[in-house]
Amino acid sequence: MATDLFDARAPLAPPVAARAGAPVGPVVLDDDDRDDGGGGRAFDPARFGLWAFLGTVTMLFIGFTSAYIVRRTAVDWRALPVPHLLWWNTGALVLSGLAVEAGRARWRGRDRASLVRWLGAAALLALGFAAGQFQAWRLLAAAGYFLASNPHSSFFYLLSGVHLVHVGGGLVWFGLVCLRLRRGRRTEAGMDRELSLFATYWHFLAVLWVYVAVLIFGF
Amino acid sequence: MAHSEAHAAEAHAHAPQAFIWRYVFSKDHKVIGIQYYVTAMMMALIAGLLAMLIRVQLAWPEKDWSSLQKIIPAGYTSGVMNPEFYAMLFTMHGTIMVFFVLSTAPVSGFGNILIPLQVGARDMAFPFLNGLSFWTFFCGCVTILYSFFVGAGAAAAGWTSYPPLSALRGAVPGSDTGQTFWIVAMVFFIASFTMGGLNFVTTIVNLRTKGLSMMRLPLTLWAMFLVAILGLLAFPALTGASLMLLLDRHFGTSFFLPTGLVLNNAPILGPDGQFLHKGGSPLLWQHLFWFLGHPEVYILMLPALGFTSDILTTFCRKALFGYKAMVGAMVAIAGLSFIVWGHHMFVSGMSPYLGMAFAVGTILIAVPSAVKVFNWLATLWNSRIQYKTPMLWAMGVVSLFISGGLSGIWLGQSAPDIQFHDTFFVVAHFHLIMAGAALFGVFGATAMWFPKMFGRTMNETLGKTHFWLTFVTYYGTFFPMHYIGLAGHMRRIYDPYQYAFLKPLQPINEFITVSALILGLSQIVFFVNFFWSAFKGQKASENPWNANGLEWTTSSPPPHGNWPGAIPEVHRWPYEYSNPSAPTDHVMQHEPPMTVEAGH
Repeated sequence: MATDLFDARAPLAPPVAARAGAPVGPVVLDDDDRDDGGGGRAFDPARFGLWAFLGTVTMLFIGFTSAYIVRRTAVDWRALPVPHLLWWNTGALVLSGLAVEAGRARWRGRDRASLVRWLGAAALLALGFAAGQFQAWRLLAAAGYFLASNPHSSFFYLLSGVHLVHVGGGLVWFGLVCLRLRRGRRTEAGMDRELSLFATYWHFLAVLWVYVAVLIFGF
Repeated sequence: MAHSEAHAAEAHAHAPQAFIWRYVFSKDHKVIGIQYYVTAMMMALIAGLLAMLIRVQLAWPEKDWSSLQKIIPAGYTSGVMNPEFYAMLFTMHGTIMVFFVLSTAPVSGFGNILIPLQVGARDMAFPFLNGLSFWTFFCGCVTILYSFFVGAGAAAAGWTSYPPLSALRGAVPGSDTGQTFWIVAMVFFIASFTMGGLNFVTTIVNLRTKGLSMMRLPLTLWAMFLVAILGLLAFPALTGASLMLLLDRHFGTSFFLPTGLVLNNAPILGPDGQFLHKGGSPLLWQHLFWFLGHPEVYILMLPALGFTSDILTTFCRKALFGYKAMVGAMVAIAGLSFIVWGHHMFVSGMSPYLGMAFAVGTILIAVPSAVKVFNWLATLWNSRIQYKTPMLWAMGVVSLFISGGLSGIWLGQSAPDIQFHDTFFVVAHFHLIMAGAALFGVFGATAMWFPKMFGRTMNETLGKTHFWLTFVTYYGTFFPMHYIGLAGHMRRIYDPYQYAFLKPLQPINEFITVSALILGLSQIVFFVNFFWSAFKGQKASENPWNANGLEWTTSSPPPHGNWPGAIPEVHRWPYEYSNPSAPTDHVMQHEPPMTVEAGH
């Protein structure tokens, strides 16, 4: 049997006993002793899928980053002034993530009212972030920096815009989480999972925004 | 066990009954897979017709085509095809075939049909996302088809949409509204492929049944797994680039557009009287596009390689030679695909040192590819081959993979590529290896897994007729292109009579066109066979091919929830054929462990 060298059946199946001179004895036609549980029950599919999605979003911003680095070397590059409002926005988004965490900590003690309060705070901070981003665009436009003014401003509007679209998606999810909490049809464990998944995405958005801000204004 | 049965019963009870939820907005992976497959095949029909028009034009550019003008008035002026129309034809042929046919039928079509059946799952991990993914794709199809009828016609800047041609709205008629539709269709497509990819990786990683370790997966599933990863990591580059192109086109930014653009002798100026665009880099688009584009061609091809391995072993009744090496080769091909995009850009003026790095990476791909071919041939070696239709297609894939792969070694090196770039040699190469292997893989998979799609087998006589007609005319169409390419025939020229040195090649162009027309007509046999067999074909048993995978352990077609009872457990790899120590000719993956006396 030519396949022995690269055979996938580990431990290797005994050589074919029918061959002349082969040892005589029972041959086990499987490798049942190697039961690794098959299915990746070790992971929660939703968590795995979420991380795969974060991977693809990360690749999108890696693509933008490489374009940014290439484009930065052109002669028409003019540095954009940093609207200081952005740092307040950044703070709001990070604090929003912390508020979600604080709510989850209360929820671990099954303190539903506190969870609702902290989620409310998180939602307000997130809306503050979104409004602040719009205001930052308006400030820049008032100062004469439009989308097409120069490559630096183009990249700022593009990257903050694409990030804000992802925040928008996150807000929709936020709304669904609140709705499910209100309806109360989920088990408490189910709510744990939902909150944990949502928090992962929410922190990712904060980290992504810090990255975008540092990329565009940091160096 | 009891739990699984309860689950199955529940799945049955929950199978939607209303037509619209059952067959239109279904969440069942088998229905979604068939929806993807049928849509992709319809798109193939349209893109194929565009190719026929291209071929007719190349063979007889100066004949009077008033008859065609009556059907497509916009494409011809007094019986002669307009060059802009020709540019639109090859652009849309490429775009539709690459994205809406050959990325869709094998990956989204067969991926959806086969993944849950082969991993032993009731459905994909996220069924709602799956349905959403199909309808997003459908919107993409409608958008790209509708673009034929907007403004001055569909996009005409090549399937690669290089700026400035694609970025200046007045550059060619297709660069107006048509190109915008192209970008929107692409965004739909990428969103759909991303949703599908998330489902694929999650289902394959998380929902494998008990005993099915990664190293016991059929190679089809390894291909789907890698393809999904490629899609998730490579497509975002095109999403980003498309957004930037959109801003350049409509909002005056200069990501890809340099200073000093002049169109029809008129400089493109902004409101301030200065050049509107400044300092952008058209090459940046090429880098971003090909960062997607190269992995994309493996997205087309890897499923075909997986199908081929599974079909070959089934019909030569032999264990697959070198399973681990096959997995390793596919992983290597997928990994290398991310670092070789520059070989599409050897003529862009890149540093020869960089070109060398890209060339070395490209030539490296020959190693895992050769491993695959060697293992296929070793699997076939000394076997008693059953020449059923799926087997013919699988052997066709092996043939095309070799003949198309060899020219890849030439094109992968910068020195010869600078000569061959943009000639028909390139057209020959990628039609054989990428388009041909993927297409033959789809046909093979259709014949193989038709019982799981419709519960019937396809007609063998029609299937074999279709195969031989396609095989002969496919080579007849694309093999001579190597020759005219080496002789200098440009890839995107609409009238070969423009150059004296191309005139002696014209008989070959005519031969290619006749061959292509027969190739096109031969597909009627497939469509007849497909629809006839789907409704009137011979009813298939659970396992008509005596194959080993889990999909063959349930009825044809499988019920909602895939297995009426418990999900089978897996005890071995899927290639246990003709093991002399086994009591039967083949041992299926789910059969319980058995102890047989040596010397049986």
